[in-house]
Amino acid sequence: MVTQDATMKSKEELKERLSKHEVISGSEILLRSLLLEDVDCVFGYPGGAVLYIYDAMHGNPDFNHLLTRHEQGAIHAADGYARASGKVGVCIATSGPGATNLVTGIATAYMDSVPMVVITGNVISSLIGSDAFQEADITGITMPITKHSYLVRDVVDLPRIIHEAFHIANTGRKGPVLIDIPKDVSAAKTLFKPVTEVSIRGYNPTVSPNKLQVDKLIKAIEQAERPLILAGGGVVYSGGHEELLEFVTKTQIPITTTLLGLGAFPSGNDLWLGMPGMHGTYTANKSIQSADLLINIGARFDDRVTGKLAGFAPLAKIVHIDIDPAEIGKNVPTDIPIVGDVKTVLQLVNQQAKRADKADEWRAQLKASSEQYPFSYTDSEDELKPQWVVELIYETTNGDAIVTTDVGQHQMWAAQYYKFNKPRSWVTSGGLGTMGFGFPSAIGAQMANPDRVVVSINGDGGMQMCAQELAICAINNIPVKVVIINNQVLGMVRQWQELIHENRFSHIDLAGSPDFVKLAEAYGVKGFRAANKEDARAVWEEALRHPGPAVVEFVVRKNENVYPMVAQGSTIDQMIMGDAE
Amino acid sequence: MKKHTIAVIVNDQPGVLQRVSGLFGRRGFNIESITVGSSEEAGLSRMVIVTSGDDHTLEQVTKQLYKLIDVIKVIDLSSNPMVARELALIKVNAEPAARPEILGVVETFRAAVVDIGTHSLIVQVVGDTEKIDAMVELLKPYGIRELSRTGVTALNRGSAK
Repeated sequence: MVTQDATMKSKEELKERLSKHEVISGSEILLRSLLLEDVDCVFGYPGGAVLYIYDAMHGNPDFNHLLTRHEQGAIHAADGYARASGKVGVCIATSGPGATNLVTGIATAYMDSVPMVVITGNVISSLIGSDAFQEADITGITMPITKHSYLVRDVVDLPRIIHEAFHIANTGRKGPVLIDIPKDVSAAKTLFKPVTEVSIRGYNPTVSPNKLQVDKLIKAIEQAERPLILAGGGVVYSGGHEELLEFVTKTQIPITTTLLGLGAFPSGNDLWLGMPGMHGTYTANKSIQSADLLINIGARFDDRVTGKLAGFAPLAKIVHIDIDPAEIGKNVPTDIPIVGDVKTVLQLVNQQAKRADKADEWRAQLKASSEQYPFSYTDSEDELKPQWVVELIYETTNGDAIVTTDVGQHQMWAAQYYKFNKPRSWVTSGGLGTMGFGFPSAIGAQMANPDRVVVSINGDGGMQMCAQELAICAINNIPVKVVIINNQVLGMVRQWQELIHENRFSHIDLAGSPDFVKLAEAYGVKGFRAANKEDARAVWEEALRHPGPAVVEFVVRKNENVYPMVAQGSTIDQMIMGDAE
Repeated sequence: MKKHTIAVIVNDQPGVLQRVSGLFGRRGFNIESITVGSSEEAGLSRMVIVTSGDDHTLEQVTKQLYKLIDVIKVIDLSSNPMVARELALIKVNAEPAARPEILGVVETFRAAVVDIGTHSLIVQVVGDTEKIDAMVELLKPYGIRELSRTGVTALNRGSAK
């Protein structure tokens, strides 16, 4: 308690010191404002247009900046930080190429509604528009992939803009906000007064739902014989996981959680049917197709979940709870629209929610189906199976790790075989499907959660898209456990070429990949490799015990496919069940 | 495909036109015309956009526009009685012999001749889109050299808002 009080006190002292009205530069205003927004870790990369900003960091003990080895690493790390903490992720890059290297990461965050404030430098104001050295119109480039953006024209506006940016990023439907600061603005001095109020006329997200719509939902539950909940990332982002559990406990309605919704609901619960969609469970997909009431809570009916829209949930009355009114009715016609913050909506719903009494037969039917059709694969004693590797990771971390993934087969296997019980334990690029995301996002997740085990599961393809960040794990001793599921091919592309393009395998062979153990060691990170079960368990347990970062390469079967699979353009009940059928 | 006329009240900020037009472009919404100018309130501009699509498209357009921070209000003007006007300047071939005939057309349309050259004149016409279309059709036989239309600006009538 003493130390906690001391921390509190020093925090308050810091706040007082930062809030002092003084004439300082735009760069100092930026750093102070970020600290006042409670930012404890920033990822970035310096350059010409942000020299004043980095100069202000020099010798500043309060400001914690991690130098990545690529701006792409910085933005994915900030994203992982945000997803694993619920706080706003922050990254800084210079103008031109620095800024454009952030584009994929900004789009990744935008698609998955991740709160971020992205700071870029720009050339001196008078040079803007002249094709100056390292000039890029980054506010223009990122307009379709940011929630909002600012080009700061006057240093006087900077405190307000930063405060607004944090507010916009982390309220309503969350998302990345970009602040572009020309070099002369970061150098200019002005009297700093912290801004603590926001008033943005055109921005007022609806948090509390329409009561009449909530009543309609309650009534629909009473009448439903085959009700089903489809919960998504919105539950995690609103912090509504406890309310969701209460809702399910009260109503006893079976629930499926989307890829981004994994962890929003305890996977051990009897009513959980697993993930729906392209690689979802048999039972989740079948239940959507036969439900008479589908309650979407904070999911956006993404095409990977719905399959062919025309045949999606054909029998169901659709309820859609979402903070973003534009999502309601966008893809699926909705009978009961409820606009509001998921947590707030569920609190209100829970006051009236009762057990869905007509659904006993349905519950029993789905439970039996879940037992009959779990995710399954044919194990092997000769070669490592990727699914088995994920099960090993799950078992040895007691299901309590933060897992980040890259994109592809390993991502789906991680989603299928790692069973999450807590929100913000699962960091994956769902909407954009960004390769290169898995490893750097784990660095951010670990920075936000120094005391938790962070496992980053990658393929041998995606790992090579951002491997350089091993450097910052090594020098800062960030103890991320980096798993590489190495099947020597671009597995998901291979799978589609096998199943949909009649075995015409085109450019999927990753021959020429580095020796990942040596690669790790070259950066000063411990490296391990295993190609059979016995070694796999031994090296993995050793990696977990190792106090620092570690890379563990699992050499797995080359031609393994992810099943079940719904081919693009099919309805979700048309599943290819695969070899373990 | 129904035509819709919508007014979008936006902050008078650099880049706001790009935000709005970019949104239409990337979401596949059609813009038939767009006009921007100041509104009754300082600091706010009024855009009037003519778009086409079914009701579902219009609903999405409206909702997506509201997601832009610089958008203050979106009004579906065409759902209520409205006055919609555009202005066109038409430079038409006009040898002295043809002038009386052209002036006859201009007068009938309550349009105006705003410039007379040796071989051409500029006709200014104000009205709804159909009126201007008709005027253009009638002047075509004389040979239209240049045509510039402002696009529609509009307000709802009377107390309708």
